Amino acid sequence: MNTAFETYETAWCPGCGNFGILNALKDALTELGLKPHQVVIASGIGQAAKMPHYINVNGFNGLHGRALPPATAINIVNKDLKVIIDSGDGDTYGEGGNHFIHAIRRNANIAHFVHDNQIYGLTKGQASPTTAKGQKTSLQFDGVILDPVKPIKLALTMGAGFVARSFSGNYEHLKKMMKEAIMYDGYALLDIFQPCVTFNKVNTFKWYNDRVYELPDDYDYTDLDNAFKVADEWGDRIPIGIIYKVEKPTYIDNISFLKDGPPLVDAKLDPMMAEKYLDDFR
Amino acid sequence: MDYNVLIGGAAGQGIDTLSYIIEKTLKRCGLYVFSMKDYMSRVRGGHNFIQVRFGDKPIHSHDEKFDAIIALDEDTVNLHSKSLKPSGKLILDKSISDNDTYLSFDFKAVAKECGNPRVLGTAAVGVLLKLFGIPLDVSHTVLDDEFKGDVLNANIKAIDAGYSMAKQIFNVPLGKKDDNIYISGNEAIALGAIAAGVKFYSGYPMTPSTSVMTYIAKKSHDAGIVVEQVEDEISAINMALGASYAGVRAMTGSSGGGFALMVEGISLAGITEIPIVITEVQRPGPATGFPTRTEQGDLRFIIHSGHGEFPKMVISLRSPEDAFYQTARAFNIADKYQIPVILVSDQYLADSGVTVKPFDFTKVTIERHISGHEALENGVYKRYKLTQSGISPRIIPGKVEGATVLIDSDEHDEFGHITESEDVRVKMVNKRMKKFKLLKEEVQEPLFMGAENPDILITCWGSTYGPVKEAVDMLLKDGMSVGALSFGDIWPFPTKLIKKYGKFAKMIIDVEQNATAQLDSLMRENALIKADEHILKYDGRMMSSRYIYERVREMTRSSSLY
Ligand SMILES: Cc1ncc(C[n+]2csc(CCOP(=O)(O)OP(=O)(O)O)c2C)c(N)n1
Ligand code: SF4
Repeated sequence: MNTAFETYETAWCPGCGNFGILNALKDALTELGLKPHQVVIASGIGQAAKMPHYINVNGFNGLHGRALPPATAINIVNKDLKVIIDSGDGDTYGEGGNHFIHAIRRNANIAHFVHDNQIYGLTKGQASPTTAKGQKTSLQFDGVILDPVKPIKLALTMGAGFVARSFSGNYEHLKKMMKEAIMYDGYALLDIFQPCVTFNKVNTFKWYNDRVYELPDDYDYTDLDNAFKVADEWGDRIPIGIIYKVEKPTYIDNISFLKDGPPLVDAKLDPMMAEKYLDDFR
Repeated sequence: MDYNVLIGGAAGQGIDTLSYIIEKTLKRCGLYVFSMKDYMSRVRGGHNFIQVRFGDKPIHSHDEKFDAIIALDEDTVNLHSKSLKPSGKLILDKSISDNDTYLSFDFKAVAKECGNPRVLGTAAVGVLLKLFGIPLDVSHTVLDDEFKGDVLNANIKAIDAGYSMAKQIFNVPLGKKDDNIYISGNEAIALGAIAAGVKFYSGYPMTPSTSVMTYIAKKSHDAGIVVEQVEDEISAINMALGASYAGVRAMTGSSGGGFALMVEGISLAGITEIPIVITEVQRPGPATGFPTRTEQGDLRFIIHSGHGEFPKMVISLRSPEDAFYQTARAFNIADKYQIPVILVSDQYLADSGVTVKPFDFTKVTIERHISGHEALENGVYKRYKLTQSGISPRIIPGKVEGATVLIDSDEHDEFGHITESEDVRVKMVNKRMKKFKLLKEEVQEPLFMGAENPDILITCWGSTYGPVKEAVDMLLKDGMSVGALSFGDIWPFPTKLIKKYGKFAKMIIDVEQNATAQLDSLMRENALIKADEHILKYDGRMMSSRYIYERVREMTRSSSLY
């Protein structure tokens, strides 16, 4: 469809749910009229986190679990860049759990796409924080004994202003959700069901297809109580769509020189401007 | 001529404010001041004290014998009265002790009269200033800057009352003009960073590093700097790296335990070649250690911080003045080589206030080494372009139309894409290590002080500079052939001067605030020179010049040298 966001050879397994996410992302960026140099994808480590290598945009492929801190700083430093995170459920809710909580509080302008395959892909099939209780894995031989993290509910509890869910097997829906998240002013969580065809034999394309349904057009996503109810829906029917969305001041809105001034990266540097601070020490 | 006083009391009794009034007053009288803090890791109670040394010449360290002590509690009397010089005076409220060799007053009644029980200590300060003949109006200017309204009036009344209660006994040679500044090590780091154009600081509070962040935060609005208190030190370094990648000068800092959490991020800076400046204000470890005390125990850890092999620079700071200029320099080096630069300090330097010449801001240069369109080849940008020097042109994301910047924590090719190629791996390792060779040229040799080609060579690094400098002066006065090398830049390890002086010296005495002589191990490893003797102190308290002087005298007496 376009060449600006050309893709590269990937290292994903044939049939992996990550491909649907890559395709939707390329098209979402194109339809939003963005140019490669205006976009940054930050990521951690994992199969999902390889995204910045497969699409031509600026990329910060950092450490496992640590995509949020650099992404936050990139937004603070240069508000002209569109900052997106592509990372796994282990990366985001496991190793990066603490950052997840605090990134929501900061509300920097970031679209956070979690490739939620309910398993660790890159390290070959151990449980992730979203793996179902009882599911057997390459490490949890007797089945997972912990309750899973509920990302949507956790994000709502922390006060996130944009919380949505989509499915890699539903291109149109996913592309739409991505555009909404990218255009949202503030931290936007988009949890994406992403079948791992190699290691997760439970949550397959069919498993999701049999269960997911789109929230109806008249669903009121500004109603938090309702959102909590929807967040709890799990089992035979699992809702996708914008679950909650309200306007909130962003990190930048809270600091006047960031909000009203040019991006920090354009600030002029002059040592002499600091000389007056010597008076504090006289 | 210099004098030395101590203010002691429990946490919460306000000794910080009292000593600040004393320090600033003395400084504004044109005197040189050096203050040192000894405090406990608690908010109320316990025993804290501050030592203030002052005189008409620059002072570089603390001393252990006192001309006057203000005791706000009994502990201070019990612990410190034995350190009074024979002519020394102990000032206290008569309710603490009525021993008539002390200067005891009814400060409580004075405070009551001034209408504020909290100004009891200010009255004691009045007594102290009178003993030394310090002009009262100067102390008023300090109070004026510190307090407002009723509190200010009560403090002025109290200091005046105290002043009128005592007689002058010491003759302090007051200076005429007051050009100087009075600043702590941490404040100097902060000021150096602001001068260098830091725009982003992320950190998590940890004693004794916190005040670097506090001072930058105080200036953040005026100077347009974002200071973010993050959830942990892991976030701190990763955020700072994000900010630097996006194009601004970024910094983080902590003390040992927090720095330990940053280590994976330092490694990330290593492979991604993102410039970053980090301060490590040491306190005694391991783990939580001795939170409010001083030590130089982290040197080897800092040098080796980060897994894998990659170039980094480590600069240890000697004094507030050095801290200011070296912090500014660190940003230029980080930008030039696209590496992490770590500044090493410690609690002694962090919390000590020193009178120094005002910093010369015209000496601070800003060298960003950032490229634009010219870095593209046929419209394509290679973030990790293989070059002769190992340094690749750096562009800022979003600033060059049509070019994108990809950095990667995995081994990568010239574009930043993940690679599994053994050939590319070797080329990238070589590229990064080439910068280490260049850095070696950049490194500043240690500072030499003392007699040329001395028989006795003292080696030290970082904040022991002040005590060693003064000890060398004392030893020279005794007619000894003694000199010292004070290391500032410490990684890559500078070898020229240590080889030169080390071969000549009959005895090398290595002086460090740690138990394992880490500098000595670096000298052996890198310069094949080893110390004959060691003066090592690791009780959490800084060694004084007197302490070093006495140890050196003992060592040389028992050898055949003197
Ligand atoms: C600090 C650290 N711990 C562990 C790893 C190993 N590791 C790499 S990816 C990964 C899990 C990835 O799972 P997830 O985030 O769900 O991504 P997926 O591969 O499933 O897309 C782990 C544990 C690492 N690289 N770094
Ligand atoms: S292991 Fe799973 S998540 Fe990773 S590429 Fe293969 S199918 Fe996709």
